[in-house]
Amino acid sequence: MSTTYLEFLRAELVPGLMEGLWTSIVVIVPSAALGVLIGVLAGVLRVYGPRPVQRLTEAYVSLFRGTPLVVQVFFWYFALPYISLGGHSIVLDAIPASILAFGLCSGAYQSEYIRGGLNSIKRGQIRAALALGMTTRQAVQSVVLPQAFRRALPGCGNEIIYLIKYSSLASIITVGELTGTATTIAKNSWRNIEVFCTLGVYYLTLVTLATWLLHLAEDAMSVPGFERHKS
Amino acid sequence: MSAESLIPPVLEARTLGKTLGGNRVLDAVSLALPKGCVKVLIGPSGAGKSTLLQCLNFLIPPDSGTILLEGREVNGKSRRELCALRQQVGMIFQDFNLFDHLSALENVRVALMKVKGMSKLDAGELALAELARVGLADKAALYPANLSGGQKQRVAIARALAMDPKVMLLDEPTSALDPELIGEVLAVIRDLAQNGMTMIVATHQISFSASLADEFLFMEKGRVIESGSPTELLRRDSGSRTLAFCAKISELSGEADEMGAESLI
Repeated sequence: MSTTYLEFLRAELVPGLMEGLWTSIVVIVPSAALGVLIGVLAGVLRVYGPRPVQRLTEAYVSLFRGTPLVVQVFFWYFALPYISLGGHSIVLDAIPASILAFGLCSGAYQSEYIRGGLNSIKRGQIRAALALGMTTRQAVQSVVLPQAFRRALPGCGNEIIYLIKYSSLASIITVGELTGTATTIAKNSWRNIEVFCTLGVYYLTLVTLATWLLHLAEDAMSVPGFERHKS
Repeated sequence: MSAESLIPPVLEARTLGKTLGGNRVLDAVSLALPKGCVKVLIGPSGAGKSTLLQCLNFLIPPDSGTILLEGREVNGKSRRELCALRQQVGMIFQDFNLFDHLSALENVRVALMKVKGMSKLDAGELALAELARVGLADKAALYPANLSGGQKQRVAIARALAMDPKVMLLDEPTSALDPELIGEVLAVIRDLAQNGMTMIVATHQISFSASLADEFLFMEKGRVIESGSPTELLRRDSGSRTLAFCAKISELSGEADEMGAESLI
């Protein structure tokens, strides 16, 4: 019981958290990808879709932004199995349920950033694309969206950083990711200060890494007029 | 009957009408653009010039009337017919509307690939040739953010020409330009006209258009109220509305001053 922090770190905490870190990444990466994908789709449909589809995507955004994420996580994990359609029901394991919950919630926020990006592009460019004989879909795909995405990228990155942190909610439905693992170690060792401070460092590192990757992405897509302004 | 009258105009509008926000923006406007002719739309702002041009390629769908391309009526409800029409009708906008995320070359190339299905290589070659035609081959790699207004408008013209249109609609092509940049764009337009491109131009460049136009169309309150050759309409004793209007804007821009309207031509 009287081992030093460094010994505790080496023998228990780091091996445990490393396993948790891997599980966290398994949850975060697909959720972020799903979020961006849904965000782009929902964002485009909200601006350029037919009226009924616009309404539908608006309802999606209100629902997933308007309810607590914990409630959504509980729904996909605990409630979904009880919904039976024609005798079939879907039971999701904890990790897929978390990915679905995080992806859908993240997508709702991402769609707002994308919508803002789309609206910031002058209508004249669509008119020019249509005047060349493009269909509306071609104009959105090859003219408006690439610009809107560049404009929306800082906001989308922000949402991904949020996602990294709210992925800790997966621990409440038994996913052994960073926070879940840390809680278990803390319970068994009673070394709460060391465990949770070290846990904080892990998240800080993840977020720093993600920020750096997002800046790389911004620079890779940078063209004159769409640069990242370095201070 | 002369042979000419047997050939339908490249583009024709019959009794176009459009109401926007309760305003009669176009009131039964008809016009025909025979092959190789240059017509110039003039008139006060709000007269409906821009709306008329955008109705001709259905960017603004007209409420009534018909558009005929080489004598065949265009069905504005059919997406395929619209895309086909727009490929053959090039349009130039007042504020250029270049695609900001694409280089000059890519701006010209993108529709060739997406709309005409050309390969990247062929489209790139053609795009470069079109840029050379407007004197911008050396700017192919630059993005709109790094081009001057005049260069942007010339890229926009190259982009439209690359589609090989049968007729060009130019909506105040020099109105957003600094005075010292207008000349380079007018030179490209003059070159086009002299090479036989069928065109309709909305502009306030009176003396320039008078030297090019086969016909002036003077619009006011959604109607074409006068039309005729520039020489005819701008004759000092013609008493035309066109003359009064042109004298006024030329006076403001210092084109004619005390020498009188005849110096407009």
